[in-house]
Amino acid sequence: MTVFAGSVKTDRLWGLILSDVLTGSLGVFAADLTNAFFGWSVMDTLALQLLNGLDKGGAYALIALGLTLIFGTLGVVNFAHGALFMLGAFCAVSVQKLLTISVKVKDESITFFEAYKEVPYLETWFGETGTVIIDYSVPISILLAIPVMLVIGLAMERGLIQRFYKRTHAEQILVTFGLAIVIQELVKANFGANPIPTPAPEIVAGSASIGDWLGLGSAVVYPWWRLIYLAFAAVVILGVFSFLQFTTFGMVVRAGMQDRETVGLLGIDIQRRFSVVFGLAAVVAGLAGVMYTPILPPDYHMGMDFLVLSFVVVVVGGMGSLGGAVAAGFLLGILQSFASMNEVKSILPGIDQIIIYLVAVVILLVRPRGLLGRKGVMEN
Amino acid sequence: MMSKITPRNDNVMMGLFAVAVLTMPIWLMPIGASYPDLMQKFAIFGIFAIGFNILFGLTGYLSFGHAAFLGVGSYTAVWSFKLLSMNVLPAVVFAVLVAGAFSFLIGFISLRRSGIYFSILTLAFAQMSYNLAYSVLTPITNGETGLQLAKSDPRVVDALFVEAGAGIPSTNFFGIAMSGYGGFYFCAILLIVGFYLSLRITRSPFGMMLKAIKSNQNRMSYTGLNTRPYALTAFVISGMYAGLAGSLLAVTDPLAGAERMQWTASGEVVLMTILGGVGTLIGPVLGAGIIKYFENIFSAFNESILTSIFSFLPDGLQDVVVSVVGLFVGEGWHLTLGLLFMIIVIYLPGGLVEGAQRIRTYATKKREKKSAASHQPQIAE
Repeated sequence: MTVFAGSVKTDRLWGLILSDVLTGSLGVFAADLTNAFFGWSVMDTLALQLLNGLDKGGAYALIALGLTLIFGTLGVVNFAHGALFMLGAFCAVSVQKLLTISVKVKDESITFFEAYKEVPYLETWFGETGTVIIDYSVPISILLAIPVMLVIGLAMERGLIQRFYKRTHAEQILVTFGLAIVIQELVKANFGANPIPTPAPEIVAGSASIGDWLGLGSAVVYPWWRLIYLAFAAVVILGVFSFLQFTTFGMVVRAGMQDRETVGLLGIDIQRRFSVVFGLAAVVAGLAGVMYTPILPPDYHMGMDFLVLSFVVVVVGGMGSLGGAVAAGFLLGILQSFASMNEVKSILPGIDQIIIYLVAVVILLVRPRGLLGRKGVMEN
Repeated sequence: MMSKITPRNDNVMMGLFAVAVLTMPIWLMPIGASYPDLMQKFAIFGIFAIGFNILFGLTGYLSFGHAAFLGVGSYTAVWSFKLLSMNVLPAVVFAVLVAGAFSFLIGFISLRRSGIYFSILTLAFAQMSYNLAYSVLTPITNGETGLQLAKSDPRVVDALFVEAGAGIPSTNFFGIAMSGYGGFYFCAILLIVGFYLSLRITRSPFGMMLKAIKSNQNRMSYTGLNTRPYALTAFVISGMYAGLAGSLLAVTDPLAGAERMQWTASGEVVLMTILGGVGTLIGPVLGAGIIKYFENIFSAFNESILTSIFSFLPDGLQDVVVSVVGLFVGEGWHLTLGLLFMIIVIYLPGGLVEGAQRIRTYATKKREKKSAASHQPQIAE
């Protein structure tokens, strides 16, 4: 940090260090040091940025996990994975639209003239219960998203990807890139180009006073939904890992990732299982998208934005390493969040825009295998 | 054309290409594409695709960040217009040099990896440049508005020779205005030069080396040869082509925006190259022309035009057809592009050139069969 400090700050800093060395209290020094930079309660800011990074990182990790699963099993580089994330988000949008299909009824509260208001059918049928159902449209859409994304994933794998097992990575990239454009444009044609707000349920719309929980003072609050997203991401990741670790199916898949031929020689139809894994990866990406809608109103190109970053995440984590993908996802999310602090930006303008790419470049050059990459997997 | 590679055949091909490019205003007339703006685009993106093909077609390295060089070229050219002179010559020269330097930097790092890593690295660099152009580099790039000429620009060289007139001066090549046909012929000549260079590179020992990298890099390394300098040279050359194309975009229309560097733009040049035929000489130019032509045609369609086209159909059917077709034209042009992309990669990875060759071999086989069949009775005699 000291390297980047401005001259004025540096002077002050040295003064502080001097005084602290004299008094010999390191703890006070640390507090002074941080105060010199940020001026106010640093712990709060750091905690908030950490959380911010964690939930963005959660989305990266989920997408990257799917990418790695697909790459590890089928050996296919899927540039359409961001589109799957976006499709998941639009599952939530569709459910919301479906639930709020409305009928025009006369507005009784206005008596001067004939006024009509739109009332969703659900409310006319179920009254209060209907309102609650509509309020919970995002969690409900998870139920829809799982089968829909599974079907989409399987259809994609059987219809397109399986023709490309034996072709070069360049061709896989190109065809999935084309597919991503097609999906994206179809969504745009159906839902329009503008972001569609899909709010979280009322009950978690506010902020959690995490400051009180952690003893940081009540000034530190954090949106409930982001906390839920974080927990959700953790659950999904744990779910995928335990599925691979503790079920027979997962064991076979892992064995197939290690040595596909031998598993095939043992009389196991590994291909079919890998197709299911593709479906699973699609579901994971879709769920990540569904849950992300209250945080970021979905639009048709959100997939592309996340895809580029997720690929970088996969590369940083190590191609074909599931743990690496998850770790790198959270790591880069946190890094990005810290880089977008005003205090950092004032020292290194624009760093928030490029930090992830910069890290990726450094990692690829210094440790080409990625953080947790296995030896011999796509090393060149 | 591809049948025998001899210097004479090459010269014939070169001559045909030059004639075809220069007479574009005539033979494009029947399909309604013979206006300068569009033909300039053909030539410019032809150059872009030729350059991309030198990297992807010859060495097999798939760069997903070539739009960055295009953007750099554009920015450099516009700055040259602003600071030095409205003459396009320094603009083009500087753009090529700066894009070359920039691509050297990026290539030096990216080429340490190959395969998918290379693609992702170049993609990351392009996104980085794009993000920077939008945010921090605003003093240089003018952010979202895009870099434009202003009346108050210094234009040092111009100021020495001519009095500044009223309004913003237009780009010129020693007095020849660069809008309309002047601009087209300028781009066309550069396209021919670019094509000639790519032909010479392909036929040279250096080109052979690049092809060897594509076919088996490991074997090259085993023979004790360091392939990286060759790949890097190819990368820089193709970056310079992209810079040239970018500067020509600025020459014909002096403004530059960051969206030129977006990765969808990089994807477009990949598509052009693939559509025409990767690794062939004429393919990329063909692909660029076709895509730009259809982009132009398709984007112009709107609902009322479609309705009038399909007015011969019965009412209900007409609505259905219009709404379906409407997905693919106008705003939905990208959908067509994406589908085209997939179809080409799935069914015709060699592009149109391969398709033409397939048809030709099919035809010759048929003819041979026929002649063989007609010969049969004679043998029987």
